[in-house]
Amino acid sequence: MIKYEQKALLNNPYLPLSCRIVASTVQTDDTMLFKVRFEDDRDVEAFDHKPGQFVQLSVMGTGECPISIASSPTRHGTIDLCIRKAGRVTEAFHNLGQNAVFGMRGPYGNGYPVEVMEGNNLLIVAGGLGMAPLRSLLWYALDHRHRFKDIILMYGTKNQHDFLFKGELLSLINRNDIKTLLAVAEDIDGSWTGEVGLVTDLFDHAELDAGNTFAAICGPPVMYKYVIEKLLEKGFSKGRILMSLERKMKCGIGKCVHCSVGFKYTCIDGPIFTYWDAINMREII
Amino acid sequence: MKIVKLSKTNVFQFVDHLKSFGEVHAPQRKGKKSSAFQPVKDNSKLLLSDENYTRTILPIKKYFHKPIDTLLKFSPGKGFEDAYEEEEAKVLFGVHSCDISAILTLDRVFAGKYVDTYYFRRRKQIAIIGMSCIPDEYCYCHSMGTDFVEDGFDLFLSDIGESYLVKVGTSLGDDMVSTASDLFIDYDEKDTDEYKRRINEFPTLFVTKVDETNLPAILDMEYKSEIWEEMGDRCFNCGICSMVCPTCFCFDVNDELCIDGESGERKRCWDSCLFKSHAMVAGGHNFREKRSDRFKHRFLHKHQEFMGEFGRTSCVGCGRCTQDCPADIHFVGMVKRIKGDIACVYEGNNKK
Ligand SMILES: Cc1cc2nc3c(=O)[nH]c(=O)nc-3n(C[C@H](O)[C@H](O)[C@H](O)COP(=O)(O)OP(=O)(O)OC[C@H]3O[C@@H](n4cnc5c(N)ncnc54)[C@H](O)[C@@H]3O)c2cc1C
Ligand code: SF4
Ligand code: SF4
Repeated sequence: MIKYEQKALLNNPYLPLSCRIVASTVQTDDTMLFKVRFEDDRDVEAFDHKPGQFVQLSVMGTGECPISIASSPTRHGTIDLCIRKAGRVTEAFHNLGQNAVFGMRGPYGNGYPVEVMEGNNLLIVAGGLGMAPLRSLLWYALDHRHRFKDIILMYGTKNQHDFLFKGELLSLINRNDIKTLLAVAEDIDGSWTGEVGLVTDLFDHAELDAGNTFAAICGPPVMYKYVIEKLLEKGFSKGRILMSLERKMKCGIGKCVHCSVGFKYTCIDGPIFTYWDAINMREII
Repeated sequence: MKIVKLSKTNVFQFVDHLKSFGEVHAPQRKGKKSSAFQPVKDNSKLLLSDENYTRTILPIKKYFHKPIDTLLKFSPGKGFEDAYEEEEAKVLFGVHSCDISAILTLDRVFAGKYVDTYYFRRRKQIAIIGMSCIPDEYCYCHSMGTDFVEDGFDLFLSDIGESYLVKVGTSLGDDMVSTASDLFIDYDEKDTDEYKRRINEFPTLFVTKVDETNLPAILDMEYKSEIWEEMGDRCFNCGICSMVCPTCFCFDVNDELCIDGESGERKRCWDSCLFKSHAMVAGGHNFREKRSDRFKHRFLHKHQEFMGEFGRTSCVGCGRCTQDCPADIHFVGMVKRIKGDIACVYEGNNKK
């Protein structure tokens, strides 16, 4: 029989808290942005996250899945989740409708090391759905604008229909405290006014001071390869390239082992890893 | 440590006494040769140290991290609720030191930043009474340093012939002994001599020995070795090695709906990293696509990654995986082959 602190046993880490969908907006054919809020004000008060962290979302009867927090901790009160229909839980969540109640627990994961990144330039490179976790970092930096030097955003998608947070990101083009570079690989109906090309093409439009910049990247696996090549070419040290990894997760708290990569659990040691960590881990991409 | 002596003629009486501390579970025959921890109804069915039983089919992790465990109940009206129901206290009688070591390892896994409340609530409810044993051809606990435990038991019974020396590990263990004080006597010098003789002789009883020194470093070098492909071809990915392993703990979580279609339960069940779905993410991408990837993953997680995380391998040398593998994979042979000691991997044709 074990001598264990009774106190630790009162807090069941698998128990989701009750949440409500406050608002939802269609982003693409299969992706929606949800604004959600804990039902209990004390839970709202207690919830504090870092950009890059995620929550475990529960829909009764279908299970749980990890979803990045797409809003910045500087905007307290509600939480944004940008969710693509990919299977049982995400599909069920899309079908819930306004005011529906669901479960959520977290925040989990390490998040971006913002304390270390502050005082530097920030380069955000996103592809497709990868904009979701980076949107949290983007607004964190913009809301604490004085803590960062130059901020550059590069975001690319397949075409304009896949573009997330369109209005919000297009409006950033007019701000002079951030350089916003947006691209679509294919302009399907001639309506796109920005760059047509790959996200890596956007590097031609930006001056980068590699030694004083942190690059945060998130996107589909193929994107990592080419963006990292570009960054290394520009002289980025591997420790200044931050990537967000996706793995299957069942618990989110380092017990179920589904997300293990080499020595690490993506849910506890990640999902944010430097490129240096990543090349030293197995089965990484 | 408090140590007293229990004559073998008093063992059944002591087991009866233990029933006042909880339902006693102990190893009893399951099949012809196999055994399992089961509730004790008839003391004469107990397998004691001189019964020459080595390992139960499933280790005692089944009591703490259940094969299927209901975590939560849910319903639209009440939301999610903890489904843990306090079970009656249990006493596990006759646990071998490798299995006790394994529980100490699982304690570390389920503790940490997020404490697994299901596991630890049961840990508080279940007493462990250890018992010494004699190794068979699959055991290699001595090589893994788990043949002797100083912690993790309430009582530990070491066979010294006509009687057991009983080590008292916790205050609960002390209660068990002091409330039946007429069953116990003090040990004398002759008992000490016999105990010493037996523990000194113990290491010589092992047929299977392995030296895992430097294995993590060697595994780094052998990451791309053809051994993994070869083992991947041989392994069925049946997952038996994970299920029977006292330190494998992966699980899957699923919701089950009631007939009303709204309320239900969230359950976890044992999983295996050898199953194809283990690392598959939405969209069908699999981070460990090949059988060899998955075989390698289990091996490295046990013998290398645990080393990095907890400072020891998670294998306690109980021999279950090798004994039960239907593909006849000999895991000690694997270690030796990777270390470059011998050329053969499977030497298990003489199994059962
Ligand atoms: C840290 C992290 C952050 C994330 N953030 C977001 C986010 O912000 N937004 C977002 O939309 N997603 C995000 N994801 C991905 C999201 O978690 C998955 O899309 C989600 O788990 C899918 O769950 P589901 O229940 O809907 O799908 P499931 O029904 O569980 O489907 C997924 C599982 O089913 C199986 N499966 C699925 N498709 C196939 C197939 N084609 N063939 C065979 N098997 C298949 C696989 O085993 C897979 O694990 C994130 C993932 C992680 C790890
Ligand atoms: S028991 Fe043997 S065949 Fe089955 S998964 Fe394990 S190694 Fe493979
Ligand atoms: S790996 Fe095999 S020998 Fe080692 S503890 Fe697990 S089942 Fe026992």
